[in-house]
Amino acid sequence: MTGRRSPLLLTWLGLGYAFLYLPVLLLIVFSFNGSRLVTVWAGFSTRWYVELLNNERIIEAAGLSVAVAAASATLATILGGLGGLALGRIKGFRIRPVAAALLGFLFAAPLVLPEVITGLSLLLLFVSLDNIIGWPGERGFTTIVIAHTTFSLAYVAVVVQARVRLLDPALEEAAHDLGAPPARAFFNVTLPLLAPALAAGWLLAFTLSLDDLVIASFTAGPGATTLPMVVFASVRLGLSPQVNALATLFVIAAGLCVTLAVVLIARTNRTAKI
Amino acid sequence: MRRFVLGLPLAWLLLFLVAPLVIVLAISLVPAVDGQPPFASPLDPRNWTADSYRVLVGDDLYAAAFFNAARIAATATLICLVIGYPMAYAIARAGEQTRLLLLMLVILPFWTSFLVRVYAWMVLLRPTGLINEALIGLGLISEPLPLIANEFAVHLGIVYSYLPFMVLPLYAALERLDSGLVEAAYDLGARPFRAFLSVTLPLSRPGIIAGSLLVFIPACGEFVIPDLLGGPDSPMIGKVLWTEFFSNRDWPAASAVAIALLAVLVAPMVAFQTLERRGAP
Repeated sequence: MTGRRSPLLLTWLGLGYAFLYLPVLLLIVFSFNGSRLVTVWAGFSTRWYVELLNNERIIEAAGLSVAVAAASATLATILGGLGGLALGRIKGFRIRPVAAALLGFLFAAPLVLPEVITGLSLLLLFVSLDNIIGWPGERGFTTIVIAHTTFSLAYVAVVVQARVRLLDPALEEAAHDLGAPPARAFFNVTLPLLAPALAAGWLLAFTLSLDDLVIASFTAGPGATTLPMVVFASVRLGLSPQVNALATLFVIAAGLCVTLAVVLIARTNRTAKI
Repeated sequence: MRRFVLGLPLAWLLLFLVAPLVIVLAISLVPAVDGQPPFASPLDPRNWTADSYRVLVGDDLYAAAFFNAARIAATATLICLVIGYPMAYAIARAGEQTRLLLLMLVILPFWTSFLVRVYAWMVLLRPTGLINEALIGLGLISEPLPLIANEFAVHLGIVYSYLPFMVLPLYAALERLDSGLVEAAYDLGARPFRAFLSVTLPLSRPGIIAGSLLVFIPACGEFVIPDLLGGPDSPMIGKVLWTEFFSNRDWPAASAVAIALLAVLVAPMVAFQTLERRGAP
């Protein structure tokens, strides 16, 4: 719906955006502050970025975080993509409505389940499995990847499901009519049509994993530390200008990923209407 | 093929979402022991006990933490609704091109590091933070205001972090709304406020409920915000769970808290899912 715009409403909207953006913008500005005191301005400087890049603990944690994010985003895209495809065509599966509802609930649960519950439950699973079958052993990369995949596959499924609902079934049927076997029709017709949604899902899963503190804290072993865990530990000790610089880099990286994802989603939905 | 498409992600979720919750339930029913792992085997029925739950019910600390979490989450949800509704309304009324941009501007902070955004408020609210320094510099106050380590800061942190969760479903509901219905109310002589109350507001109810649940459910179990912005006066249950696990190393107690929290949240979660299914085309 479009309609009349009242100045009061527009002011409220402007204030809302100011509320959402000002704190982070101030943080970015003060990351270029030359002073050791976080809140006293002492001229423009990039010294905290230089110190950041020389901080081995942070570089190592960043490496682990990026590796975990890339691996879990890839797994989540495969699993969430399949799940989204199935949920989007749930009517074709000829299952009872109760079962369909239960499936929907299962795929949506990770979206709202409090992080402390997800984290604790996965850790207890890993500890129990280790006791019974001797796997996964030392917790670290693998266990964090599994945990992150579990919650981000739900986000991918949502994005892909929305796209599948907009797909014209006639396209795949045409491929069948032209004699393509189901697998061929899927790879030549359906998959390319879903590609932008899958790419957007991957980017969202990557961002979610990069940002997660709570679930990683539960599922990481003593030897593995992700970037948010380093940030959290140093924030608890007190503010430091280095964290401002790190936060700024975080915001820029996440901002780029999300902008790209939103552009991809917007473009798919536009082409879907044609 | 079909079996594989649904079966693979379903198997993953059963193994890494459902099974872990069953294990949490099992471990909440055994006593804590010194050792590795720090709990008695739930496979042996002789170990089963409801002690963790007895402590949960008997100790006022837990009840207070549950109550605090629900109260703070509910208040923050209400504040999100009051701030977010006019925003969603204004976005839904903008032109098509502007609308996409405005929507994008709401989504962006939602994905920009949660931890960083909470941290940004620490920088602003501390006794030597930007707000207090600025107010003292202007001569408005002489002593720093207690802006952090209290419930005010926790509310602020939740509203700030979860506002996009509120705006998006509200926008979706308001965007679908047929403006002809509001016009009809005007033609029938309704004043703008009356038209809003009797047409727009009831028609956007699904968005209000979905947005409120999306804020309320995760906010109830929130750990980072009460830990970094909150004080010792009003612990929230998510932080209690964290402390039981990481500081006290009482895994059965942490599990019992998780099960109790889950029991409280299952009803709103089912409500959310039902609403989503009804809204889907």
